[in-house]
Amino acid sequence: MNWEVVIGLEIHTQLSTKSKLFSGAAVGFGAEPNTQTTLVDLGMPGALPVLNKEALRMAVMFGHAINAEIGMHSVFARKNYFYPDLPKGYQTSQMDHPIVGKGYLDVMLDDGSTSRIGITRAHLEEDAGKSLHEDFQGMTGIDLNRSSTPLLEIVSEPDIRSAKEAVAYVKMIHSIVTYLGICDGNMAEGSMRCDINLSLRPKGQEEYGTRTEIKNVNSFRFIEKAIYTEIERQADILEDGGRIIQETRLYDPDKNETRSMRSKEDANDYRYFPCPDLLPIELTQEYVDQIKANLPELPNQKAARFQEEYKLSEYDAGVLSASRAMADYFEQANESVKDAKLTANWVMGELSKLLNQEQLEITQSPVNAKAFGELLSRVQDNTINGKTAKDVLQAMWNDEGSADEIIEAKGLKQVTDTGAIEAMIQEILDANATQVEQYRSADPDKQKKMIGFFVGQVMKASQGKANPGIVNPILAKMLKG
Amino acid sequence: MFEQSISILAQKLRNKDFSSVELTRTFLDRIAKLDPQLNSYISISEDLALKQAKAADELLANGQGSSLTGIPVAHKDLFCTQGTLTTCGSKMLHNFVPPYESTVTQRIKEAGAVMLGKTNMDEFAMGSSNENSFYGAVKNPWNLDTVPGGSSGGSAAVVAAGLAVAATGTDTGGSIRQPASFCGITGLKPTYGRVSRFGMIAFASSLDQGGPMAKSAEDCAHLLQTMAGFDEKDSTSSETETEDYLTNLNTPLTGLKIGLPKEYFGDGLDSQVAETIMTAVKEFEKLGATVKEISLPNLQLSIPSYYVIAPSEASSNLSRFDGVRFGHRCEDPKDLLDMYMRTRAEGFGGEVQKRIMVGTYALSEGYYDAYYLKAQKIRRLIKNDFVAALSEVDVIMGPVAPTTAFAIGSKTDDPVAMYLEDIYTLSVNLAGIPAMSIPAGFVGDMPVGLQIMGNYFAEAKLLNVAHQFQQHTDWHLQTPTMAKGA
Repeated sequence: MNWEVVIGLEIHTQLSTKSKLFSGAAVGFGAEPNTQTTLVDLGMPGALPVLNKEALRMAVMFGHAINAEIGMHSVFARKNYFYPDLPKGYQTSQMDHPIVGKGYLDVMLDDGSTSRIGITRAHLEEDAGKSLHEDFQGMTGIDLNRSSTPLLEIVSEPDIRSAKEAVAYVKMIHSIVTYLGICDGNMAEGSMRCDINLSLRPKGQEEYGTRTEIKNVNSFRFIEKAIYTEIERQADILEDGGRIIQETRLYDPDKNETRSMRSKEDANDYRYFPCPDLLPIELTQEYVDQIKANLPELPNQKAARFQEEYKLSEYDAGVLSASRAMADYFEQANESVKDAKLTANWVMGELSKLLNQEQLEITQSPVNAKAFGELLSRVQDNTINGKTAKDVLQAMWNDEGSADEIIEAKGLKQVTDTGAIEAMIQEILDANATQVEQYRSADPDKQKKMIGFFVGQVMKASQGKANPGIVNPILAKMLKG
Repeated sequence: MFEQSISILAQKLRNKDFSSVELTRTFLDRIAKLDPQLNSYISISEDLALKQAKAADELLANGQGSSLTGIPVAHKDLFCTQGTLTTCGSKMLHNFVPPYESTVTQRIKEAGAVMLGKTNMDEFAMGSSNENSFYGAVKNPWNLDTVPGGSSGGSAAVVAAGLAVAATGTDTGGSIRQPASFCGITGLKPTYGRVSRFGMIAFASSLDQGGPMAKSAEDCAHLLQTMAGFDEKDSTSSETETEDYLTNLNTPLTGLKIGLPKEYFGDGLDSQVAETIMTAVKEFEKLGATVKEISLPNLQLSIPSYYVIAPSEASSNLSRFDGVRFGHRCEDPKDLLDMYMRTRAEGFGGEVQKRIMVGTYALSEGYYDAYYLKAQKIRRLIKNDFVAALSEVDVIMGPVAPTTAFAIGSKTDDPVAMYLEDIYTLSVNLAGIPAMSIPAGFVGDMPVGLQIMGNYFAEAKLLNVAHQFQQHTDWHLQTPTMAKGA
């Protein structure tokens, strides 16, 4: 059977506020257990929540970025269930009236096509704490540092039809929230976690199949692999005439499989009701408009500007603008180079290669944008050629100094003195008389192929320092005789 | 000494007729002698009280302090008090010593008042008789065989018996007014949002409100002046400016329009209580007020609505008592579920468990619309009734409770009869308006309270109306016989 996969994603994005959603406690990763808590996060009797206005502002920013209706009247609701790391016995979330309503994103795929993914809603909610099962001799330790950390849960429509599309969508969300500066985007620390709702249906069928939900997948790669694995599992069951059980599953990256966590029958009745400790949030049009007016440039806007301002191709502009850090690096480096195509090629090429080799983010690059720009300026002004520049970059990477210092110390400056080049060429022509003869008797097409040999000899003789731009015309002229 | 008003005590403290330490000592002695009969205190903070009294004396000696400085008061045991046991009348919190102070008790402390101790109450403020306390029933000082009302029964009893000058209480469905009525004292439930709920252990968050309980409206005004006002730690507290509750007390009542809702005088109201209320209303007419009959047609719906909303909120509010972080935890739990179940079964009393179950049911999937949502709609109707009525009259008057204090144990087996106790008080909480209970007379030996309800944030008006009545009557000055024995 030819199956079509139907995917909807729920992305939990941790907002990068200084303090928690409902208390003044600091938000941070890796602090000693229970040191970043207040009465509110501990769920002490009589403690009351007070909404962090910064989280609200961030949610509205996101709403604008996905072309969404902003909830002018939104309501916090309690989601009731018992768990040791849920101190109040309920999670304060939003149900009927979320802060961000319907919106959408246009997501570009690798093949250059674009698909529009609907976003049902995005709502504010508080995170729970953590249960620690190791080191407590059969007991469970509770760390409430994460309790009440602000999350924006972004719920997509079931519009996604492939693993690739899912990853492109998550990357786009990642890109937007980091552009907006509302999330640090650090997936390894759990700043973005993804729940995948997935079902299969025979191609052409309108009705959805029974879905499963894969909880808490926290990397782009795992999202892709989890989807492939789950498609395969569901397809196997359906092909064998079985039926899919609606349930929550966990993805195990070590075994690359999903396994059942709990079925719908065990699902909690969360008994949602409006939180009586928090008044409904009423926004003014002025507030919403002001946030819109102050929105930073978004990825697609930046890509358009890169095409317009720097004359970059759609592809290059798309790659460079996908992350705000890379776009900023590119623009800062190009400030001194003033050759956008050259800078773009080097950022996307050599720099990205080195970063990938060492699994570094661009923000962790040992060569900063300004230093990188200086290096490219030396390529631009013909002080060194591209091949040499790669060596200089490697030396800069190893902290051997600035581009100019390394060029100077290693004597890598290109030879641009035409007299010296002429002399060098003459020596080569003299030493290769036979080849010169063959060249001179060949037709122009053949000559074009043969000239490479002489260029190679010049480069070899100059140890790569001869400027090809100067060598080529002189060589052509002297070969003519 | 114990029978005097805050104003007079404050004057005498300033005149050095006696010191706060002496005054505090007097009350501590009275508590030691009389409280064993009443069981009105859960904890008595003698050392702290004397320390605070000493500090108050020093302030007063320097010509500083407020009208509450050096005045011994008591707090209902659901206000969190830093370093002092706060039980909420429950085994669940039998060992809970809060590391923080509620806004209400903080403000009263900062005003220089002395805290004598924490008063007994129905467990988690759920009850109308103070029989639902883990620490045992409180007795009514007017007749030790009867209940003091609930849930702030301890606070009402200590004020009536002269075991504190004044006390704090909380009112979710009548828990200040009904015990005030049963014990012959004055109690005020402020507008929802007038007094901060921070540090008040929640029963039903959208209904709970702290307020003063004292002998007179004037004493209540002193306390409210300190308690009321916006608190950034409570998102539901109001930014509406507070009024000067004391200077307004003496405004004459000429032209005051009083509404008497006919639904408050129907079946179920004890005829002698009705008579007492009508006599009190006549007293207001003498003071220049006019009276007209009004209607609050949805009164009967307040009980079903309240008994859906309050338990729903409570079922969620009380989820935090799970044995994980504070309070009671069962012995040797075999797993997580066992810990939850036994901790909560052991820690909560019967009434609390019953309301948690009712609330859990009402919020369940498939029942939410039929119960919770419908109750909220009724709540809106009840609010609209009050808004309409209060556009015609300045205040609404009626009984607080259908009867005077009933015998201990007489209604414990009949929850519906117990819930009907609150018929005249619940709707005020559902609407969020302020209301008072003031002593209006006696049926036999037992006091009767008159309820005065007003518009949103009209606390100054209510206190003024009550004070004027008290300037012309002496019901609020009566002392139970047992209180005179020390």
